[in-house]
Amino acid sequence: MAIISNGTTIADAGSFASGLVNADQILIKELTASSSANLTFVHGTSSVVLDGTYPIYVFKYINIHPASIAQFTVNFRDGGSNYDAVKTTTALNPYNNEDDDGGIYYREAWDLAQSTSAQILAQELGNGNDESASGELYLFNPSNTTFVKHFVGDTNYYQNFGKTGSFGIHYSGYCNTTSAIDGVQFAMSSGNIDSGTIKLYGIKDS
Amino acid sequence: MAVVSNGTTIIDAGSLGASIASGPMNLLSSQTASGSANISFTSGITSAYKEYLFSFHNIHPATDGAKFGFQFNASGESGFNETLTSMYWRTYNNEAANSAGTGYVTSEDQAQGTAFTILDGGVGADADQCTAGHVKLFDPSNTSHVKHFIFRGTHYDVNNFVADVFVGGYVNTTAAITEMQFKFSSGNIDAGTIKMYGIK
Repeated sequence: MAIISNGTTIADAGSFASGLVNADQILIKELTASSSANLTFVHGTSSVVLDGTYPIYVFKYINIHPASIAQFTVNFRDGGSNYDAVKTTTALNPYNNEDDDGGIYYREAWDLAQSTSAQILAQELGNGNDESASGELYLFNPSNTTFVKHFVGDTNYYQNFGKTGSFGIHYSGYCNTTSAIDGVQFAMSSGNIDSGTIKLYGIKDS
Repeated sequence: MAVVSNGTTIIDAGSLGASIASGPMNLLSSQTASGSANISFTSGITSAYKEYLFSFHNIHPATDGAKFGFQFNASGESGFNETLTSMYWRTYNNEAANSAGTGYVTSEDQAQGTAFTILDGGVGADADQCTAGHVKLFDPSNTSHVKHFIFRGTHYDVNNFVADVFVGGYVNTTAAITEMQFKFSSGNIDAGTIKMYGIK
């Protein structure tokens, strides 16, 4: 027996209707890499919502494993089909190698200044069998057409280049456009994403 | 009165039925210390979630200057002593307004160590002093890759300053992580609560 209120099906066949989950953080889409050139979220495609429905979107990237040692990156679409939004960003890199050579640096080579290039989320991400990267990216108000679009994020990853160890990136920035951001693409700077999962959540404000 | 649809209880006794889908963030366990040697989560860390969030607040040490931290136990093993590599950096400002800054702290990191991951420089044990923060543990049941974690927290330091601490690292094992323990470097957890959430 279905439960119907004012013409809307609330529950049927033992489950609440889709979209009726009582939560402030909603899982919108989950993509899993399998030797994938990229993992891309486009509003209106494959059930992806990336518009004014939510003021905050969160991408969780979990155990991203590359086919070859490379940078794991993100870029944004602000109209058209290319992922080339102009960005200005910061990149802070704490690290500790397995031989206990730790420190923290601001990495000018990893930031962007009015650039259309992709933002680095993990530099020299290892491709050994057990090596990977995990982290999260918050994107604020992507559909706003008045302001720039801010984003902040953190990654922890297994670096494998010269030395091996735990590396982090605390990054932030803005897409310097008043056009809506309607697509986000994650990719390696070279080679495929061998495996890994990226989840997109929307966070409600009411 | 229960609301039943197709034989499944949707609502009963003021609560949603256990089988009803909830949001992606689910509270799995909440533990409150009371003169406790540690707080341990020995069940509920499974493949059901790809991310676990441990959120703690008002963690108050019995011993002045004790350092709060965590460690893991992997499936099929015993003891909270997994090999991990971690980093630690922080910003700080003292109450006298004459000492503030930022920097990496080599004495608080670990390189292939089995000690507890330190989350502060020493929490004060005055009645109003405590620490709070959250740890995000990614994909603990994965048996192919290392297990990454990220922490951010703040504490009222024993030397009367506030610090904003960032810790990241990985458990260097391909065995599944099934248990996690929090404790102070010395003395009990006098008070405080830690909640474990699963994020779908």
